[in-house]
Amino acid sequence: MKGDNNFRNFSVAIISTWLGIFALFAFLLVLFASFMQPDSNKIFNFHFTLSNYTTLFSSLYVIVFFKSFYIAGACTLFCILLGYPFAYILARKTSRWKDLLLLLLIIPFWTSSLIRSYAMVAILKTKGVLNNFLIHLGIIHHPLQLLFTNTAVMIGLVYNLLPFMILPLYANLEKFDNRLIEAARDLGAGKVRTFTKVILPLSLPGILAGSILVFLPAMTLFYIPDLLGGAKALLLGNLIENQFLLTHNWPLGSAISVTLTAVMGIMLVAHWLSSKNRSGEDFL
Amino acid sequence: MKKSQTRPIDAIYLALIYLFFYLPIAVLIVYSFNNSSYSLVWHGFTTNWYHSLFSDSGLWIAALHSLIIGVLAATFATIIGTLAAVSLYRYRFMGKGLLNGMIFILIVTPDIVMGISLLLLFSILNMPLGFWSLLLAHITFCIPFVVVTVYSRISGMDKNIFEAAKDLGARELTIFTKITVPLLLPAIISGILLCFTLSFDDVMISYFVSGPGFEILPLKIYSMARLGVKPELNALCSVTFILTLLLVVLSQKLTRKES
Amino acid sequence: MSDKTVVEIKGVSKSFNDQDVLKCIDLTIKHGEFLTLLGPSGCGKTTLLRMISGFEEPTNGDIYIDGKNAKGLPPHERHVHTVFQSYALFPHMTVSDNVAFGLRCNGIPENEVKPRVEEALRMVKLENFGNRKPAQLSGGQQQRVAIARAVVNRPLVLLLDEPLSSLDYRLRKTMQMELRQLQRKLGITFIFVTHDQEEALSMSDRVVVMSEGVITQIGTPRQVYEEPACLSVAKFIGEVNIFETNVSSITDGKITVNIEGMPHTYPNKHNFSVGDKALVLVRPEDVRVYDSNEVTDTSNMYRGIVEDFTYKGTTVDLMVRLDSGKVLATTEFFDEDDDSLVYTLGEKVWLHWVNGWEVILPHEG
Repeated sequence: MKGDNNFRNFSVAIISTWLGIFALFAFLLVLFASFMQPDSNKIFNFHFTLSNYTTLFSSLYVIVFFKSFYIAGACTLFCILLGYPFAYILARKTSRWKDLLLLLLIIPFWTSSLIRSYAMVAILKTKGVLNNFLIHLGIIHHPLQLLFTNTAVMIGLVYNLLPFMILPLYANLEKFDNRLIEAARDLGAGKVRTFTKVILPLSLPGILAGSILVFLPAMTLFYIPDLLGGAKALLLGNLIENQFLLTHNWPLGSAISVTLTAVMGIMLVAHWLSSKNRSGEDFL
Repeated sequence: MKKSQTRPIDAIYLALIYLFFYLPIAVLIVYSFNNSSYSLVWHGFTTNWYHSLFSDSGLWIAALHSLIIGVLAATFATIIGTLAAVSLYRYRFMGKGLLNGMIFILIVTPDIVMGISLLLLFSILNMPLGFWSLLLAHITFCIPFVVVTVYSRISGMDKNIFEAAKDLGARELTIFTKITVPLLLPAIISGILLCFTLSFDDVMISYFVSGPGFEILPLKIYSMARLGVKPELNALCSVTFILTLLLVVLSQKLTRKES
Repeated sequence: MSDKTVVEIKGVSKSFNDQDVLKCIDLTIKHGEFLTLLGPSGCGKTTLLRMISGFEEPTNGDIYIDGKNAKGLPPHERHVHTVFQSYALFPHMTVSDNVAFGLRCNGIPENEVKPRVEEALRMVKLENFGNRKPAQLSGGQQQRVAIARAVVNRPLVLLLDEPLSSLDYRLRKTMQMELRQLQRKLGITFIFVTHDQEEALSMSDRVVVMSEGVITQIGTPRQVYEEPACLSVAKFIGEVNIFETNVSSITDGKITVNIEGMPHTYPNKHNFSVGDKALVLVRPEDVRVYDSNEVTDTSNMYRGIVEDFTYKGTTVDLMVRLDSGKVLATTEFFDEDDDSLVYTLGEKVWLHWVNGWEVILPHEG
């Protein structure tokens, strides 16, 4: 019996050690570094300080924060508006194409978003596909400046992140008991009321799960504004990137990351609260 | 339940969104065969860009590096992730809740935070950035995906199967090799394939933990893409996309077939 | 069956997270007997089984298997094997490999494995199914593979955890017979867990009735049915009519109680004193029902009105309201030649039961 625990101990030890070092310890390092004094020659100066966090509230960074929130929020909203009907239609579909449709939805989830962002550049550039198409249709007469605008960043973000909204929503709506809709209709609720009072509240955990998967990357996918927005669009991700790789202010970069993680924590708690009275469904 | 017929407007909506997902990629692939450097107008079919792509030794080296990292990271992450999923499902041990929590957090944490946390870790440990830092980072971000894939499969299995094996005298290692792994094989293979595509495509984390001595393909693509649209890059992106697409389709087939 | 003890459970209790699941269980199981643990779900019967098999350890107390204290022994070192409710066959192995698994794990040489597997499969009448996968077998066949897989290791005791509950009614009846025959043929002790009282009564040598973590009665099927030790046993095993009454007088060691307005005299088995509360239990099938024109002497009978009747094929069940307001359940067996079993709602009937067929219990609590 005693020797038989070896396998169990071995597997628990290996995963605990790995995650302990490369996840837990690494995350704690970020937290620690965010309270240290910056030093351009070293990783940081071994002096406790809150100055990194107070710097964050100075005007420049506050603007980036708000702009990031604004763009990520708008992106999340667009994803909900576009993705909800999509997930709803797909979840209620019963055709034999469903497996294929699902696969087509999962593919963007796993394939390179860099390549898809790059493809977007080709679509949006001044002499790109979209402009040519619109001119051809006679809707516009001169090419629009799309690339290197906030609109382009937004399109790129929605394009990349929409599947991350649809999948959790789909998972949620798929499990939805159709009899509830029938019961609501049977009890005299109209279509609108059935949706707002029954379907929407029950799919809230799905919406929140999707929002977490969209909102956070929307603030941090630095290569999307980099490729589509030029230097003008500065998101939180670009800010962190700059602190680490350009200005070499790691403690400040850490502080921004910690703040970002705190935002994530708040969203997770919201998700947990909204799904707690339902059976513990998986996140994805 | 009556079978719901898809209304035309619903079908059109689905089609438009799928078009939005796939049209840019399709355009990219089509233009990778266009016999013109910059024009959008079709100048005839050519495979020139692929030829120049395949004769670029720098690209080959980057691709080889990515392949090595991808294979190694996928293998190790799958081993560790499978052990983790099996332990989490079968055993009671101290810190199980914490372990579960860490895997969950690894999944939802923005990649950039993971990237800089690993950069900090490697710097503190005085580890040079290059092959090893990349490999360790890639294994780390792949592990949770294996855990989720394998765990969802094992949790659908009858717990009594393991007890029956134990009851009949099988040791834990025997149970793992003779019962658990054969039954989980589709999920394990699908885990390997997904890890490989994740590793092969990753930009966010590699960006922070790679060094100048060891260039990998996604970062090469990124630095080329920053300079604008080029037909060779179209070709490169097409090849990479198709390759990962095949792996994803294969892995999905494996997980779906038996469930 | 011999008098040799194979499993002895001494003062065993078990708690999960401070919840007592089993409280001080004492039980001796004889070699070669078919013992059933019977009780509603959550009574602790499966937990008791899992402690014998070694999947759980008792919080207190000891379990002796073949005279040896089993404390700390892993499942496979106990000479005890389990047949699971879900069968738990290994889906990726053939039937033969499933059966051979335990032998191979115990290092039995390969030339010995084959004949033993064949023998075990012959025993459960599956000798031609060795190369199939479990998914290609019916529920009853899978069940038999699970049994073969367990008995091939020649255990002292076979533990069966509700093995028939996922089969349909007819197959369950067949498997009950087969299991009983198999057990006699093998001579192995079977400990069988079920919540189905009919199953327990028809299969077992002895029945252990459990309720809320304690054993409420141990006895032969006849004993637990006809002489239930307490109200919970009587209620769980079959239907029962319960009369609450007081002992009105005691003469010559006999008590007199008043049941719905009529005095009855019984032997004083429970040391009642005058004024004690007593329960009188009468099984529905022990109550006889007569049409008002069938009887002349109604002095020892109860009068009632048919409130409801249910035709059940071999029996007719009635609900009869007595003059006192009490509703009695009765069951009458069909006799093809007797048309007196046709009742109408509201019909007046006379009820009666043979003195001595009732069970008298002290009032609980």
